[in-house]
Order: sequence, then C-alpha cells, then structure tokens
Amino acid sequence: MPLDRRSLLIGSAAFALANAARAAEPPRDDAGRTLDTLRHPVTRVFPAGPPAAILLYTLAPDLLLGWPRAIRPAEKPYLLPPAADLPEVGRLTGRGNTANLEAVLALKPDLILDVGSTAETYRSLADRVQGQTGIPYALLDGRLASAPATYRSLGGLIGRDAEPLASLTEGILATMRERVATVPEAQRPRVYLARGPRGLETARAGSINVEALTLMGAVDVAGPGSGLAQVSPEDVVAWAPEVIVALDPAFTAAARQDPLWQATPALRSGRLHVSPTLPFGWVDFPPSVNRLIGLWWLGKILYPALFPEDIKGVARDLYGRLYHVTPDESALDRVLAGAL
Amino acid sequence: MSGIALAGIRAVRLGGPWLALLALVLAAALAFGVGRYPVSLLDVARVLLGRLTGHAPDVAPAVEAVVLQIRGPRIAAAILIGAALSVAGTAFQGLFRNPLVSPDILGASSGAALGAVVGIWLSLGVLAIEGLAFAGGLIAVACVYALGTALSGRDPVLVLVLAGVVIGSLLGAGVGLIKYLADPYNQLPAMTFWLLGSLSGTHPADLLPLAGPVILGTALLLLLRWRLDVLSLPDEEARALGLATGPLRVAVVAAATLVTAASVATAGIVGWVGLVVPHLARFLVGPGFGRLIPTAALLGAGTLLTIDTLARTVAPVEVPLGILTAFVGTPVFLWLLARAERDWS
Repeated sequence: MPLDRRSLLIGSAAFALANAARAAEPPRDDAGRTLDTLRHPVTRVFPAGPPAAILLYTLAPDLLLGWPRAIRPAEKPYLLPPAADLPEVGRLTGRGNTANLEAVLALKPDLILDVGSTAETYRSLADRVQGQTGIPYALLDGRLASAPATYRSLGGLIGRDAEPLASLTEGILATMRERVATVPEAQRPRVYLARGPRGLETARAGSINVEALTLMGAVDVAGPGSGLAQVSPEDVVAWAPEVIVALDPAFTAAARQDPLWQATPALRSGRLHVSPTLPFGWVDFPPSVNRLIGLWWLGKILYPALFPEDIKGVARDLYGRLYHVTPDESALDRVLAGAL
Repeated sequence: MSGIALAGIRAVRLGGPWLALLALVLAAALAFGVGRYPVSLLDVARVLLGRLTGHAPDVAPAVEAVVLQIRGPRIAAAILIGAALSVAGTAFQGLFRNPLVSPDILGASSGAALGAVVGIWLSLGVLAIEGLAFAGGLIAVACVYALGTALSGRDPVLVLVLAGVVIGSLLGAGVGLIKYLADPYNQLPAMTFWLLGSLSGTHPADLLPLAGPVILGTALLLLLRWRLDVLSLPDEEARALGLATGPLRVAVVAAATLVTAASVATAGIVGWVGLVVPHLARFLVGPGFGRLIPTAALLGAGTLLTIDTLARTVAPVEVPLGILTAFVGTPVFLWLLARAERDWS
C-alpha cells in the first residue's frame, strides 16, 4: 500500500484512538496478567531471554537494553551497529537464571519483556519478578503461528506501531499455509531434524523446536510427542527420512562422508541441509521471529517446485525489514553456506 | 549348612564363569536379533559369515549397514564397556576394601564429563569431544593420586578416597559452570544427553580408541588378579607376605582408570554397573579375585549389553543408558545388600 497523506492520517488517528481506549483499562499481557505499573513512554526494555530480545529488536531496536548473550563478531554485520554492540545482560527465566535481579533493577528498565510459553510456570515466574522488582513484566506468546498477534501486543505495550511487522508476518504465514495446503498429505516430505554433534538428538512433532517444520507440513519422522529426544542411527535408517535438516555444520560435513548416513534416502538424493544461523537460527533456535525467514528456506528445500522465489532475494528483503540491515552478496553467501 | 548345599555352592562357584559366558552369548544373540530396523537372526548370521569368509552376503545393503555399521559396533561397545566398568569396580572394591566403591571413586567420570562438556561448548567434532573426555578422566585421577600421595598420612587409602571425593565435586562444579555458560537451545541439551550416558551414537570409528585402553587395562588387572587377593589384607600383612603394596596400588589405579576413562569417553556416564556387577559376581563365585575378575568381566559385558538392548527397544526413542542402569541397579543392589552381606564380612 503506497503511503499517501490520507492513509497516514487515518492510520495515526486509529492508532491514537486505540491508545486512548487502552488508557481506560490497564494493559494486559498474553497470559492475561495486568500490568498496572506500566508507564508511558517506554524507553528501556529488558529482554528476559533470546526470543524476547529478537522480537523487540525487530520492532524497536532503540528500546533494547542489552542481549541475553552478547552478539558475536560473526553475527554483528547482520544487525544495526548501536544494537549489535549492546552489552550482555543474561537470561531471566527459562533454563538457568543468569541475570541478577539487582543488576536488572540497576539498568532501570520500564518493562521486562518475556516471550515464550504462557504456561503457569512462566506466569508465576513473571508475577514473582514483577512483585519483587516493581517493574512491569510482560509475558507474550512465543508460538510462531501467533507472531502477528504477539507483534500487536508488544506494539500496544511499548506504544509503537507494530502493524507493518504484524501484517508482514501474517502475510508470510498465510502464503506458507496456502502453498503447503496444495500438497496432498501423502506427498508431504518425511523430515528428520538432526541436532547435536552426532546428529542423533531430535525433536518430536509437538515440540517447539520443530514448530517451523510442522508449520511447513513436514512429517517429523520422530513421531508425535514433545521435547527433545536421543535416537540411534538405526532409528534414522529405519525411519528413512527424505530430507534431513541439520543444525551443526560439523555434523553435516561428517555425515556426508559416512556410510551410515548414506543409508538414508535423504543423503542418497543429496537432501541433507544445514540450517543457516546468522545472525539467529532459521529453523530451531532461538524460537522467535527469526524463524519466519527460515519458513521460506524450508519451503524451498521441502517443495522446490512450489517455492520458485530466489531465496537470496527473499532473505535480503526480510533481513532488511526484520533486522534493519540489508546484507550484501558475500554476507548472504556466508549465511547460506551449506544450506541449499 | 548341609553338605549338599555346600556342594551346590561349590558347583556354582566352579561353573560361575561359564554361566556368565553363557549369559553373555545369549545376550549377544538377543541384541543382534532385535532392533528398530527389522533384521532376522539368519540375516545377521549371513552378514557376519560373509564378513568372516570374505563373500558378499545375499542381503539388502541396508541390512548389512545395520548389522556392521550400527548394531554390531554398538554391541561390541556395550560388551567392552560393561566388562571394563565391572572389572574396574571389582579392582577398586578390593583395593579400597570397601563394597560401596565404584569405578568413578577417584574422579575419572567427573574428569571425563568436564572434558566432554568443554568439547561440546567449544563446538568440537565428536572424536575431539571423546578425546577431551578421555584426557579429562586421566588427568582427574592423576591429580587425585598426586594429591593423595602428597597428603598421605597414616591411612593412604582413606586419603586417596577423600581426595577423589573433593576433586570429583570440584570437577562437578566445573561441569555445572560450563552448562550454565552454554547456549540453552542447542549446547545445553547436547551436554545433558551426553552426561546421561548412551551408546546410541556408537560408530565403527569409536571402537579402536575404546578397545585399546579397555583391553590393555583389563589384561593388566587380569594379570594382577592373584595379587589383588593379598591387597585386600591390611597393608602391614600384605607387606609381610612380601608384596610391594605401593607400586601394586599404582598399577591397579592406572589400569582401572584407563578402562573407566575410555568407557566414559565413548558412552558418557553409565553408573551402577561398576558398583553392582562386582557384587553379583562375588555372589556367584566368591571373593577370590582369580575367578572374580573374569566372571565380573563376562557378567558386566552381558549386563550392560542387555540393558542397552532395552535402552534401544523399550520406547519409541532411546532411553538414556545411565537412567536405565540406575533403575535396574538400585533394586539389585538393595537385594544383594540384604542377601549377600556375609560374603563381605
């Protein structure tokens, strides 16, 4: 939609109205918790973990106080210079609690942002930290399919217009669903997700780690269930996956030489692909909006005929919109090494 | 006790090693015959015979790959590791004159664990991770031994055990630190899985680095089996019998550490086998190390092989070996504790 004066006026009026409506009742997060202490304008946000940091960076990089883990040199070219150089602030929930609550307070955030599961464990953790620090703690839904709604929630909380990103993600998800729906169930590819140095850790179909894969209609050979699991090469041979998506480049290099992995249809037909990871993983980790780019890549390797788009062009465009940096040709080549 | 019962016990003791060998052969046949990929025992025999005679077996290539590349190496590794941990446990229980000692008493497992998690943290390849784990185990025990010798007062064995406990817990803290620093989405699960112990990733290339140290260490302990009998006496008595206890202790510690470190480097931490199997073996053949060491080796090999067969067949995905050994080992140990106490006293 071209931005003319009229649509801009309507847009800002709607936005002002929405803000006015929100002012009447206290803001709520996706877990239904009220954030009465949230004051506008929000200028400093503490990300509780990597998914929150990435989501916030894509919408409002200027509000980000730091990264759960400092950005590494190889990742820096893909992010805006001031944000890429932000310090490491640790993780607040999830596995291990590396951030110190006093250090969080010392950073004087207006809001603590957590993105992920809204289950009771995380709700109660959010209540606890909010009670202890007095800082409003927002818990947003981290599921990939909820990304548009999550953007809108975040936009409302920090007072930013999240509509462009919300509709961008809505568009991507709709495109994926439409194209995948044309593939009959019986023709959906059987995929093995290879994690770990040996490639023998995988995630079952209900796990957040394969959310991108299941959204793309891939049949997880590890079967239903949740969480990560360890398997034996015998399982992999028996499952006979048509495509293997690997996370560890060292494993991929070894598997290509190994007679054991050669026994799978995926290797015989050259369909072992290593997931890009710069600046953030495309498929599996961290589980945030970084996976939206990976959906296009998965489409390309799972259904080559359905996804004729040039993946470099798509990536360049999405990196620009999500990460605010448009990578050049050699930077894109580095991202996609071994992926196609 | 009646004469018949005594004769029965004597018969079991004489036949013990053969019973253990029979159990191992049965366990191996079972292990080859079951698995996620359907392979008949006949096909297994064809592939193995084909390998022995040099003729190409008349089976599908995938069947040959499963038998020779996946199941075979895994079975060989289970046999080697089960035997190694049991022999090491038997030797250590004799050396420390304590039935509660397991092969990681001197920190070999904690050292190997630290080496492995550092390897995963640095994103190294599998062989490098296993190499670091092996080196970690050896270095840990060397440190414990040096510390034990430096501090040794009147009771060198007690000081050694205490040094093992202290260094072991320090290394455990090191493992905790690395896990804390690791990437929670990728490296941390890999470390957790590695530390739970598994043979699922056994590769033919793992067998040589495993078999070398295990055969060397086990052979040394087998050679020392008669002297171990004397070592279970108090030090003064052993010396009075003309035994140089110091060098012998070094040799036993070195051999047991070698096999433990190699095992943990390949399979991760597999607890309980080295603690429980020596008791089972003692129950079967009595406390004399001459028959105890070979029986423990065979029994340990059969036990770990059976548990590993369970690990890869009972659930849709692998059950970590360390968890199964604990579930199986605890009740067996309690039963032995209640039953076979008199063999120790």
